[in-house]
Amino acid sequence: MLVYIIRRLLWTPVLLALAAFFVFIMGTFAPGDPAELRLGNRATPERIERERERLGLDRPIPVRYVQYISDALRGDLGDSYQYQGKPVLEIITPRLWVSLQLNIAALIVAITVGLPLGFYAAKKQGTAKDPTIVITMLILYAMPVFFTAPFLILFFAVKLHWVPAAGWGGFFSLQIILPALTIGIPGAAVFVRHMRASTLEIIGQEYVRTARAKGMSNFVVNYRHVARNALLPILTIMGFTLAGMFGGSLIVELIYGIPGAGRLSLDAIFQRDFPVLTAFVLLGAVMLVLANLVIDIAYTIVDPRIRLQ
Amino acid sequence: MTSSTDIKAPRVDDPRYNGLWRRVWSQFRKRRLAFSSLIIIALIYILGILAPVIQTHDYRETDLRNTQQGPSTEHWFGTDRAGRDLYTRVIWGIQTTVIITVTSFITGSLLLGVSIGLVAGYFRGWLDAVIMRIGEVISVFPDILLIILLAATLRPRIVEFARDVEDSYGITGLVSSGIVDYLVIGVALLPLSWFGMMRLVRGQVLVLREAEYVEAARAMGTSTPRILFRHILPNVVSPVIVSVSFGIGSIALSEVILSFFGLGVQPPRPSLGVMIGDVTARGGASVSVLRDHPEQLLAPIIVVWLLIFCWNIVGDALNDILNPRSR
Repeated sequence: MLVYIIRRLLWTPVLLALAAFFVFIMGTFAPGDPAELRLGNRATPERIERERERLGLDRPIPVRYVQYISDALRGDLGDSYQYQGKPVLEIITPRLWVSLQLNIAALIVAITVGLPLGFYAAKKQGTAKDPTIVITMLILYAMPVFFTAPFLILFFAVKLHWVPAAGWGGFFSLQIILPALTIGIPGAAVFVRHMRASTLEIIGQEYVRTARAKGMSNFVVNYRHVARNALLPILTIMGFTLAGMFGGSLIVELIYGIPGAGRLSLDAIFQRDFPVLTAFVLLGAVMLVLANLVIDIAYTIVDPRIRLQ
Repeated sequence: MTSSTDIKAPRVDDPRYNGLWRRVWSQFRKRRLAFSSLIIIALIYILGILAPVIQTHDYRETDLRNTQQGPSTEHWFGTDRAGRDLYTRVIWGIQTTVIITVTSFITGSLLLGVSIGLVAGYFRGWLDAVIMRIGEVISVFPDILLIILLAATLRPRIVEFARDVEDSYGITGLVSSGIVDYLVIGVALLPLSWFGMMRLVRGQVLVLREAEYVEAARAMGTSTPRILFRHILPNVVSPVIVSVSFGIGSIALSEVILSFFGLGVQPPRPSLGVMIGDVTARGGASVSVLRDHPEQLLAPIIVVWLLIFCWNIVGDALNDILNPRSR
């Protein structure tokens, strides 16, 4: 197990460096000359040439890549075109923090709804309840957020006045409920699907039958023997589910008027602010890699079959 | 032989009982939900393909005296802010979806994914290692972010290239025909479409190449292409089909999201994503649109919703039938 963890830890920086290389290439490929954009369109060619030299844009790609990496490691991801040369990281960090809080809230929704419901559906296999749950969740999963978000606002905020319609007030405010539901419910559908499948697999195991034969109570069999083991494989899809929800949250933020990364990336697309866009993609990748790393290591620790190998 | 009518048991030479696909089809037909989903998908695709024939208006035709109308006999789904007919725009939007899903599934999933998966799985070695590492780097990025980045950076280059081609060959209308948009979307969706399929095929091939019948074929001196295409490929087909039917929904949704952000299909050509983005002012005004003119939002959304839902149901059913062990 230790060997596996060490190998993972050694591979992660290489993976991130390769990912950064890809983002860097996309950034150099992007239209617009940073030097020209900095100086505005009235600058003389000579000044642009000097600015290019100053920014190091005239050097060969590998040199610039090494520079990019070493800058990135020191937290310098370049300057924004849009906000008068403000450092990109300064612009992105607060936005990303908002999006992260929103996605964690959504993940909580997805887990608390999805896992019990998936477990319940599996226990009810063979009755009408199982397919009803599965199909309902699939309908909710397929429902585009373009519809869910305004619908929830209309119903719960405008009509019932239960929660505020839009805006952002931090993790512990009422405003987070609707967007968290909007993002979390499709995520819950994913969890229902996997939890149902993995519970069904465990229910058929011999040791579950043995436990029942020993006369253990239903509760103990369900939670100790079935649910705990069924949860293990769910851990591995957690990272990808989070990544999927993160994509959905870009649009959800726009609809709810949340000042997160979604609004920022849309502005960056329209203003052709490529340093912001590439930095955002890179940070998204870093977060996903780290999340998966933590999950994989946690998995090897939690599962005794792997831990004791 | 002539009195075969009183034989009850299936006969081996009866074509109805032969072939994997007949069996799959007969099982598939019995699942009412999956079968009706397939019919709905087929109807939606036919609407899209026949868009130029069954349109009631021109999708560009604006009528400023009849803006934001509700459904009527003249405009079946109503009109949008510029007085354009929603029904016509929806079916043209479906056509965009049809083109994108079909092309990106043929190029990305089938050609690239399957062939690279076959090669990587069969030959192993450094080629396999390199391909897997590339795939790993690609899957580091959250899908949507990667697609947005690719589309945003590549679009100006591809448009520029198309303009050059237009100039130097004296062709006109290459950019305005929308082909460039499809190219941009197709390229941006590549990482989404090829890697999953390639990993799936590779995994299957890794097992199959060790199978005894493949070894036997090799021992008999069968050529490598023949082993790959005659002996291995047919056994990979069923997981490929399942994965395709799950994947098409997400490809369709990705195009909608790209076009919503203004990175996919460009106006005046309609796409479901463009329609959603236009009426909701890129998301901001969704609530007022849903309250005041729900048909403008619902017309494109219901199509997207049905497509994703139905493809998932079909995928589930095919998975149950083709991979009974995974249940």
